[in-house]
Amino acid sequence: MNFEIERYELAESRRYSFEPDRREFLKLFGAGFLVLGFIDAQESGGGRGRGQRPNLPQEVAAWLHIAEDGAITAFTGKAEVGQNTRTALTQAVAEELRVPVASVKLTMADTGLTPFDAGTFGSRSMPDMLPQMRRVAAAARELVLARAATMLGAGRENLRADAGQVRDSLSGKRVTYAEVVKGQKLLETARIGQAPLTPPAEWKVLGQAVPKVDGRGFVTGAHRYSTDMKLPGMLFGAVLRPPAVGATLAAIDTASAQALPGVTVVRDGEFAGVAAGTASAARRALAALKPEWNTKAQPSQSELFAILKRTADARAESTKGSLEEGLAAADQKLSATYTVAYIAHAPLEPRAALANWDNGKLTVSTGTQRPFGVRRELSEAFGIPESRVRVVVPDTGSGYGGKHTGEAAIEAARLAREAGKPVKVVWTREEEFTWAYFRPAGVIDVQSGFRRDGMLTAWEFHNYNSGGSGLATMYDVPHQRVHFHRSESPLRQGSYRGLAATANHFAREVHMDEAAHALGMDPLDFRLRNLKNQRLRAVFERAAEAFGWAGRAAAAGRGFGLGGGFEKGGYVATFAEVSADAALKRVRVNRIVTAFECGAVVNPDCLRNQIEGAIVMGLGGALTEAIEFENGKILNPRFSGYRVPRFRDLPVIETVLVDRKDLPSAGAGETPIVGVAPAISNAIFAAARVRLRSLPMLGGAPRT
Amino acid sequence: MPAGKLHVNGREVTVDVAGDENLLEVLRDTLDMTGTKYGCGEGQCGACTVLADGRAIRSCITPVRAVAGKRITTIEGLEQNGRLHPVQQAFLDANAFQCGYCTPGMILAAAALLRTTPSPTDSDIRAALDGNVCRCGTYPRIITAVRMAAKAGAR
Repeated sequence: MNFEIERYELAESRRYSFEPDRREFLKLFGAGFLVLGFIDAQESGGGRGRGQRPNLPQEVAAWLHIAEDGAITAFTGKAEVGQNTRTALTQAVAEELRVPVASVKLTMADTGLTPFDAGTFGSRSMPDMLPQMRRVAAAARELVLARAATMLGAGRENLRADAGQVRDSLSGKRVTYAEVVKGQKLLETARIGQAPLTPPAEWKVLGQAVPKVDGRGFVTGAHRYSTDMKLPGMLFGAVLRPPAVGATLAAIDTASAQALPGVTVVRDGEFAGVAAGTASAARRALAALKPEWNTKAQPSQSELFAILKRTADARAESTKGSLEEGLAAADQKLSATYTVAYIAHAPLEPRAALANWDNGKLTVSTGTQRPFGVRRELSEAFGIPESRVRVVVPDTGSGYGGKHTGEAAIEAARLAREAGKPVKVVWTREEEFTWAYFRPAGVIDVQSGFRRDGMLTAWEFHNYNSGGSGLATMYDVPHQRVHFHRSESPLRQGSYRGLAATANHFAREVHMDEAAHALGMDPLDFRLRNLKNQRLRAVFERAAEAFGWAGRAAAAGRGFGLGGGFEKGGYVATFAEVSADAALKRVRVNRIVTAFECGAVVNPDCLRNQIEGAIVMGLGGALTEAIEFENGKILNPRFSGYRVPRFRDLPVIETVLVDRKDLPSAGAGETPIVGVAPAISNAIFAAARVRLRSLPMLGGAPRT
Repeated sequence: MPAGKLHVNGREVTVDVAGDENLLEVLRDTLDMTGTKYGCGEGQCGACTVLADGRAIRSCITPVRAVAGKRITTIEGLEQNGRLHPVQQAFLDANAFQCGYCTPGMILAAAALLRTTPSPTDSDIRAALDGNVCRCGTYPRIITAVRMAAKAGAR
């Protein structure tokens, strides 16, 4: 089958690449070893298959530095947005370099210092960057060993690296890494991918529950997010926003705002913004602009699903076998339509950027998942080469796929250029809810055919607009017609944790439940009967056992349901217990059990944290979160009108980790979310005999 | 603009701002204490939580004049002589965060709870922290951390 690449994650090949000036490194980090590496694409599996750009830079880049005091700095273009990639990659370096975790620092997501990276999305950090960091550290270890052999006059084969030292097993002599690199100004170029890696069964640091490596800065408030950044003379920026999608500026009074003390006003095409000495002065100046707008009629939510169907392409060929044959072979057929609303990421740290121009060079600190992508956005917006733009991403107040773009960076840079001073722009919550992008809304039509013995014969699945991730059914059906149809989206939409896999798993797993009920079969047995994938079967079975599925005691108003699937290398099964009355006035998720398998576990505690977080976030999209809009205006752009999960919603959560040390580690930030909504919907049906096919199941929040 | 005195983290500071400026921006921008976070500006997410005379308040909707004469404690003021407050330590021990942006507000809301309710039940904790949002969904861990801090005798 030929499925669409998830368009919201398409990263184009860059045309040029500007690696950092290596002399700058030595200035910054001093003497020692600077490990420059290039990747043997054959060995590293750096390619990603046909037609796609490689995930790792193929040219020589600086990946790791060992300083004269033994301090180790590794460089990666990945960003830390709370998923604890910093911790996992630090473990990888410590493991392969045979040093304590505390002696490794990661420089992340800084286009001035780190190798090119397409971005932190698609659960690629573990499958791509974890092995890369291991290979880099292993290459560094071999360099250290080679030089230690010379220093100790020992044979390489007798040397062992451990705890930041090299020991000669014949003479018993030792030399520390610090001594090895002392006085060196070596730029060592290593062919990354040749040194042997430590097999997962022998891991001592990887696979362990290492705590968040810089956790202290977060509990003391010392960590500086983009929103906290400051420079001498810095101004606060604010940007004029249209009243609705599609509105354009008709008139604006820049003079009144400009007359306020210390205020800079910019009007440049559709962009209008101000900068002032304080945030409140900027707000006052913005209010003084008194804009007039040209508006034109825009879509409303009542027409949303009709628009998505009407504007879609109409492909309808079978993608496996012949759908007609499959339907003819069926004893029963079932059709149903499922929908998902637009939802917002609502990262608690809104978009923010601090921009500074210095001699035509632009430096921006901003919270983004795509620092190199934002560098390109800035380079294109200001018509300057990428080599004159540096984007630095401090560890960021979350993203969930919502921070792929550089709006705040461009706005701050435009204002800073005009003001001749550094400018910080921090989006308000309302801006974040209105002018960021949403998880795509979607309509999914499903038709199935199955025999009395519980075997699926036909599967038809059309996703309109929400996306192609998780589109393919994991069940073995001989005749299929499965398509993702692009539509015209009334609102700006983009990536989101799990992408369309949440919508597609919701539709598929609720439909499977409906089919099981039509057959009078246990929904778990029905799934397993049609499922050959052993990894997925394993998580269903492990979760069922932990949940007590076989011994579940149905009672009036209490129901149990399940949902699962796989995506991005992770296999998940989620079981839910729900209390619900027939009128759905009182719905409560009591308990969620999720089993997850993503290859060799890198950090069991951080992994559990990700699964728990995905379950909690999944509750929101399942039950209450929805962006409401009317004539192009967002009606609920605030937490009081957009109901996110809170403490009171928290069910008992249990996670079961399936550790497969024989398989490469995959990401875990996204896939554990996909089973939550269908498990809850199916449990609500079991409790209340009401079939809920639209997310959010309990509608949006009341506006207060 | 009038100058006013604020008591923040055991120190008296003079700030030259209008009385209707919100406490959050005064702390962050005037006093450069950026541990207190902006999350929503309407008192709905708790990221901006600080203590005023030991009680949790939302600094984003609190004009500075409303806290004149009150003892303000921010996340920067919890650590004493290099020793973390038991709630801070418990958040570290329970790995009760992901991105950490809600963490200062969570910690202060929890500290305020433990001051009046030294041995809270889980439902006490849920009720006290319900106005604090963690979008990363670390609620189960935060409850664990507050329980641990209570055991450790946070006051």
